Amino acid sequence: MTAFAVIAGIILASGLMVVRSENLVHSVLWLAVTLIATAVQFVLLNAPFLAGMQLMLYTGGIITLMLFGVMLTIRDEGVDIPNPSEGHLAGAGAALAFLVPTLYAIWGTPDFGPMVDPITAKDIGSSFLGPQLIAFEALSVLLLAAMIGAIVLVRRKDP
Amino acid sequence: MTHMVLTVAAILFALGIYGVTTRKNAIGILVSVELMANAVNLNLVAFSQHWGATGQSFALFAIALTVAEVVVGLALVVLLYRTRKNVNIDLASDLRS
Repeated sequence: MTAFAVIAGIILASGLMVVRSENLVHSVLWLAVTLIATAVQFVLLNAPFLAGMQLMLYTGGIITLMLFGVMLTIRDEGVDIPNPSEGHLAGAGAALAFLVPTLYAIWGTPDFGPMVDPITAKDIGSSFLGPQLIAFEALSVLLLAAMIGAIVLVRRKDP
Repeated sequence: MTHMVLTVAAILFALGIYGVTTRKNAIGILVSVELMANAVNLNLVAFSQHWGATGQSFALFAIALTVAEVVVGLALVVLLYRTRKNVNIDLASDLRS
């Protein structure tokens, strides 16, 4: 429980820094902290395989991509990139309009049922190649489509 | 325990909503969307403790989908920068007459 409290604190504090930081590079790096802390939370929730995937794909792939994107879309040199935000009141209102009913629903639910045995990578594999087979195959097509789409979008005409 | 995890995920999602509505930079918005996707993954894993492997396989699907989304999103941002030399999202309002 103590470990959970510490990790939850890290997740929420770094999440707040992601949306409040004035520097875009800092924002992306705080996102890395959030994602790593979430991977640790996955370990605490008996999902070690997913924690590994989270570290490899999110912190290894997405953060790197994001930093490349930041560097490609600035004219000035250095890492002092402004990340302005406005409309704080409307944003906080939208967030609260989501948060309050959701928390009401969560804490109004008395029990989520008994715990099952810890899930292994083998169970996830059986799920992928069993009930979720069609979605799994569709995902491979989607990844190919995203890859080709990204290449077509940023291709310069007639190099 | 599950209640606590769901609460953390809900607050994280609300932070993502706040970021999406307030940020001006297109990459800032993309980062906030990542925060929301991460909250959903946390929810799915919390529920997989009660209902078996389906939750975790859904979370893996969500991770893969997020990767695809970031690739296309960053391609769009780079394209926006190439045409306007700026990634402020307010400038991309061609469809508004």
